[in-house]
Amino acid sequence: MKCYTPVIYKGLSPCKPNAIKSAVLQSEQVQYVIKQLAKEMGESPDIIQEEAMEILDEMGHRMQLGAVRFFAFTLSKIFKQLFQRVCVNEEGMQRLQHAIQEHPVVLLPSHRSYVDFLMLSYLLYTYDLALPVIAAGIDFLGMKIVGELLRRAGAFFMRRSFGGNRLYWAVFAEYVKTMLRSGYAPIEFFLEGTRSRTAKTLTPKFGLLSIVMEPFFKREVFDTYLVPISISYERILEESLYAYELLGVPKPKESTSGLLKARRILSDNFGTIHIYVGQPVSLRTLASGRISRCPYNLVPRHLPQKPSEDIQEFVSDVAYKMELLQIENMVLSPWVLVAAVLLQNLPAMEFELLIEKTLWLKGLTQTFGGFIEWPDNLCAKKAVLSGLTLHSNIAGLVDGHVVLNDKGVEDGAVGEIVFRHALAVLMCATYRNQLLNVFVRPALVAVALQMAPSFRKEEVYSCFNFLRDVFSDEFIFFPGISLKDFEEGCFLLTKCDAIQTSQQEIYPTDKGSGTVSFLSAMFRPFVEGYQLIFRYLSKEMKEAFTEKQFIPAVRNFVFQLLEKGSTQCYEALSSDMQKNALSALVQLGAVKKKKTPNGFTYNVNQEAVGKILDMFDARIPVQKPVAARL
Amino acid sequence: VAEGAGVIEPGEKEAQGWPCHSTAPCQEVVATWGLVSSPRQELLKWNGWGYNDSKFIFNKKGQAEFTGKRYRLGGMVLPTFKEWIEKTFGASLEHKTTSRASLNVNDVPPPIVNEEFLQDLRATKISYSQDAEDRVFRAHGHCLHEIFVLREGMFKRIPDIVVWPVCHEDVVKIVELACKHNLCIIPFGGGTSVSSALECPEEEKRMIISLDTSQMNRILWIDEKNLTACVEAGIVGQDLEKQLAESGFCTGHEPDSMEFSSLGGWVATRASGMKKNIYGNIEDLVIHIKMVTPRGIVEKNCQVPRMSTGPDIHHFIMGSEGTLGVVTEVTIKIRPVPEYQKYGSVVFPNFERGVACLREVAKQRCAPASIRLVDNAQFQFGHALKPQVASIFTSFLDGLKKFYITKFKGFDPNILCVATLLFEGDREKVLQHEKQVYDIATKFGGLAAGEDNGQRGYMLTFVIAYLRDLGLDYYVIGESFETSVPWDRVLDLCRNVKERIVRECKEKGVQFAPLSTCRVTQTYDAGACVYFYFAFNYRGISDPIHVYEQIERAAREEILANGGSLSHHHGVGKLRKRWMKESISDVGLGMLRSVKEYVDPNNIFGNKNLL
Repeated sequence: MKCYTPVIYKGLSPCKPNAIKSAVLQSEQVQYVIKQLAKEMGESPDIIQEEAMEILDEMGHRMQLGAVRFFAFTLSKIFKQLFQRVCVNEEGMQRLQHAIQEHPVVLLPSHRSYVDFLMLSYLLYTYDLALPVIAAGIDFLGMKIVGELLRRAGAFFMRRSFGGNRLYWAVFAEYVKTMLRSGYAPIEFFLEGTRSRTAKTLTPKFGLLSIVMEPFFKREVFDTYLVPISISYERILEESLYAYELLGVPKPKESTSGLLKARRILSDNFGTIHIYVGQPVSLRTLASGRISRCPYNLVPRHLPQKPSEDIQEFVSDVAYKMELLQIENMVLSPWVLVAAVLLQNLPAMEFELLIEKTLWLKGLTQTFGGFIEWPDNLCAKKAVLSGLTLHSNIAGLVDGHVVLNDKGVEDGAVGEIVFRHALAVLMCATYRNQLLNVFVRPALVAVALQMAPSFRKEEVYSCFNFLRDVFSDEFIFFPGISLKDFEEGCFLLTKCDAIQTSQQEIYPTDKGSGTVSFLSAMFRPFVEGYQLIFRYLSKEMKEAFTEKQFIPAVRNFVFQLLEKGSTQCYEALSSDMQKNALSALVQLGAVKKKKTPNGFTYNVNQEAVGKILDMFDARIPVQKPVAARL
Repeated sequence: VAEGAGVIEPGEKEAQGWPCHSTAPCQEVVATWGLVSSPRQELLKWNGWGYNDSKFIFNKKGQAEFTGKRYRLGGMVLPTFKEWIEKTFGASLEHKTTSRASLNVNDVPPPIVNEEFLQDLRATKISYSQDAEDRVFRAHGHCLHEIFVLREGMFKRIPDIVVWPVCHEDVVKIVELACKHNLCIIPFGGGTSVSSALECPEEEKRMIISLDTSQMNRILWIDEKNLTACVEAGIVGQDLEKQLAESGFCTGHEPDSMEFSSLGGWVATRASGMKKNIYGNIEDLVIHIKMVTPRGIVEKNCQVPRMSTGPDIHHFIMGSEGTLGVVTEVTIKIRPVPEYQKYGSVVFPNFERGVACLREVAKQRCAPASIRLVDNAQFQFGHALKPQVASIFTSFLDGLKKFYITKFKGFDPNILCVATLLFEGDREKVLQHEKQVYDIATKFGGLAAGEDNGQRGYMLTFVIAYLRDLGLDYYVIGESFETSVPWDRVLDLCRNVKERIVRECKEKGVQFAPLSTCRVTQTYDAGACVYFYFAFNYRGISDPIHVYEQIERAAREEILANGGSLSHHHGVGKLRKRWMKESISDVGLGMLRSVKEYVDPNNIFGNKNLL
C-alpha cells in the first residue's frame, strides 16, 4: 500500500470530521442564526438546532483514508483506461506543497467535466499532498453508493440554490470557514459554479468565493492562498452529452446506473489531460490597500453581515482575475486549431488546405499567447490526423476532404438533418471555443474594424466597447478595463502585422486582411447568433416571460430559420448562447428582470433592443448564407 | 517603553551650580521637596536609555553582565544571554558598531534667538540655558530613530532655549511672554516619549522654547481625609512614590518608565500603570488638573470624585500631548502603602490557553494588581536574562522544575508560555486572592511556576530599554509598541501582527528572522492591552532606520486591520498621526481641532503632535 503522509498546514489543529461538525453547530455564528430564527418563527431553538444538524449531515464530508485509497485505486484503473496521458506541471505541485504548509489554501480549478475533481484529488493523493474538501452539487447525492464514496473521499455537498434559507446559508458558510480556519484541508470549488458545456469559461459565481475570503477579511487567518488550476482535456468525456443538453434534450439525472452505462465510454480513447497548477495568489496581497477595515471592526465577528459594496466589488475582481489566470494556463491541442479552421470552411474542406491553415493558426495563436501542446518534431499532417482520429465522432476524412460527421439516419426529415448537423457543429464548436478567450481581445478589435464607419480610433474603440458590453457574459473580461483590453487587442494585432496604428487611426494592413477576416469570422457565430436572438426578442416577446419559456421559444424560432435555410447560424440553437444574450440585454438595460414568487420574469423594452440591433445591423454587412458557404 | 516624563535622581551630592535663581516657594509646601536635582545629563545617558552607570556589557570572558548597583540585576553575570542573542538575531560579538563618544557641539544647529524675549525672560529671573548639550538633550524622546540620530547624526531642528520654571506662576509668565513674542513652546517632562512627541517640527521658524518642568517637583499638600495629594506636575514617578511613602501613602501608578517619567507627562499622554487593576489608569487617578494655556488657566472649581457638568474638561487635557498648554499642578488620588506584596507565575501549555485564562480572570473581575501573559519567545528572552545561580542546589532545583514541566507534564518548551502575577494588599486577602487566581489557572491547564519567575518577568520590563542600547552596539535594532483590543480578537491580532513583522522583514531583505514577540499586559472587562517587542539584525541593510520604520508602520496597519487601537498608552505624537482620522473619524478630529483653535489660536504650543 502507498504510504500517504501529506504535508499539512503549520497552524493545523488536528480534528476529526465529526469534531468539525459539532464545532460548526456550536459556533457563535450558527447559534446566533438559530436563536434569531427561533425568535422570529416562535419555535423552540432545539427544533431549529436539529434542522441545522440535518443540514450538516446532508452536507458534511467524512473523509476516510480507506475510501480515498479505494478511490485512488479504482480511479487509476479507470483513468488508465480512458486517457493516454495526464501531464502536470511539477513546479506547480511543489509550489502548492509550500503553500499548503504556509496558509489555508483554496483550490480553484476550471470545470469542464466530472473528471475534474476526481482527477485533482487523485493527483494530490499521488503527490502526497493534503486531499481537498470539495464543494460539490447536491445532485450527486442521488447517486447512492458513489455519493457516499465521494463523501468519504472528502466531498461535501451544497444545494444548488439556497439564497432564501438563512439557516442553510449560515451552516454552510460556517462549515466552509471552519475547515478553512482550522487548516483542516485545502478547500476546492469551482468558480464557474457548474461544468461549462461549451468549454468556454463561464462567468464566475461569487457566493463561495466570498465565504472563503471572509476569514481573511475578519483577520481570523493571516492570509489565504487562492490557487487557480487549469485542467485541459484533449477530448471531453461528456462532449456529446453537452451538445444534446445545449440543444434542449434534457440532461440525464446523475445516477449510479447512469454511471455504469457510461462504462461503454471506457473502451473509448479520450487523449491527454493537462493539469496546470497555477502560482498561489495571496489574498492579502490582492487586498492590500483596497479594503476599508472599519466595517469588520465595529460589529462582533460572528454576526452575519452583508458585505459592503467595496467588498463585493473586490470579490468580483478577484473572481475574474482567477478565471483569467485559469484561461492563461489552459493547454490547447492541435485539434482545437483544426476545429476553428474547419468551422469556417463547412461543409467540406480540402485536407491539405486544412493542414496549411491549421499551421498558420498555430503561429497566430502563439503570437496571442496561447499555449499549444505541439511537440517540436511533430509535423502538421500527423498532428491534424491524430486529432481527426481522436475525434472521429465529430469529423472525418472523405475523399481527401474533411467533413463533419453529421450523418445519422439516412434521408431523415429536414428537421432531423438540421438537428444532426447542429449537434456536430456544437461539438466542433466546443473545441474552437477553447481558443476564444485567448483571441477575444484582438478579434473584437477586428470585428470592430469591420463594424466601424471609419478607421478613426474613437469609432473603432466605441464599437469594441459596445461588443465587449454585449458579450460580457459570453467571454471573460476583467471588469472596468475596456480601454486596456482594447489596447491589448490592438497591440496583439500589430504584433502579427494585421493592423497599423497612427495617431488617430487604426487600419488593417494589406498583408493582414486575411488575419482580420479570419478573426471576425471566428466570432461571427456569436455576432449573428446574438442578432437572431435579439431580433426574436424585439419582435416576438411582447409579454413578460420566464427563462423556461424563452429558451424553447427562441430555439424554435432559430430552428425554423435553419430549416428554411435563411440562416446558417447553427450555434444560435445553443441554450448557453441564448441565456447569455438575454442576460447581456438585462445588463444593457434593454430587458427588465423582475423577481416574482415563481422565479424571475423578463420584460423586453422593444425600442431599446431595436437600438442595439441597429448598432449591429447598420454597421455590419450581414453575410448572405451563400457567401458563407464559399 | 513608556509615557512622557521627568527625570531626577535624588543626588547624593550637594547641589552644585544648578541654574536656579528663583528659590521662593510659590505656595505653602507640606511635603519635603528637599531632594536637590543635578542636571540630568550628569546622571543619564545622552545617547541611550537610563542611568549612565547602568548598562549591559560583555565582560572579558565574553559573558553578558549588567553594571551598576541600581537594579537587582546589577553586577550579575548572565551566562546564557550571549548564546540567546547569537541564536535569536544571528548577531556576533565580533561585529560591533559604536556610537559617537560624545556630542559634537559643532554639529548642533545654531539657536534662533529673539532678543526681546530674552530681555523679558531675564527680567522674570526664571533660569534658562542656550547651551548646546542642554538643547540637544531636550530635542528627542526615546524612539529608535531618535536614539540612532544621537549615535550617528544630528537633528535638523532642536529647541533654541531651555527654561526651568519652578512653580505654576513661572509657567504663567513664560506662556505670556511666548504669546507676546509669538514663540513656540514645547513642554518637556521626563523625556521618555516614544511617539516622536518631543521632536521639533523642522519647519518651525519661531524660536522654540523647551519648557522643562523638572524643577516643579514638590508635593504641595496631602489630604488624608479625602486621600488626595496635590503635586507639581514635574515630579518624576519614583520621587513621587518615595516621598508619599514617607507619609505612608502611594499613588500606585507605575508605568514601566516610572523611574524617569513625570506626572505631567502621564496626564499629557493618558498614561497607564502596571498596577492599574487596583489603582486605575491616570484618568481614574486624577481629581483636579491645573493647566496654563495661551488663553489662560483652565481648571475645575472643586475637587470632587465626579461631576456632571458637560463633557469632562479633563479629557481635553489628558492625551493633549502638549498641544494645548502646560500642566502645572495635579491633585491625584493616594492610597495607604499596601501591607504585603507577592509575585507569582503560572506556566501554560500554550498561548491560547493562557489568553483564555486571562479572559476568565477578567470576567470574574479578580485580576491581581498586575497580570501579564508573555508568549514563548518572550519567555525564552526572560530566561536568557537569568543570572548565574550561586549554589549547586538551586541549579539542581531549576533542573528538576524544568524536568517536571516539560517531561512529566508534557509541556513543549518551544510552545509553553508564562503568566506573571503581582498581588498586593493585606496579607490574608492576598493569599486568598492568590488561591482564587491559581484555581482559575488550573482550569486552563496552568501550573504554578514560582515567585522568582514572576519577579524576573517584571524586572525585564525595566531593563529591556537598556538592552536596546546593547543591541545597537551589535547591529540589532528594536522597539516596542502597544495596542488595545477586544478579547475575542486578542489571539488573531497577536498571531497576525507577529507574522506580519516576520514577513515584512523578509520582504525588506532582513537577513535573519527577527525577534517578534508579544505579551498581553493588561486586562479589562471588554478587552486587553497587548505589548509587542520587535528587533532584528540589520547587517547588510544600508538604511536600517528606514526599513525599520516601514516595518513598524506595516505592523501598525496590521493592528488596525485586526481591530486593535492606534495606541493604548504610548500616545500618538507625530509617529502615529497619519492614522488619527481613521481612528476617531473626520468629525472627531474636527472637534479636537476646534478645541486647539480656541485654546491656542496662534499655535504657541507648536509641537505638532496628535492633530
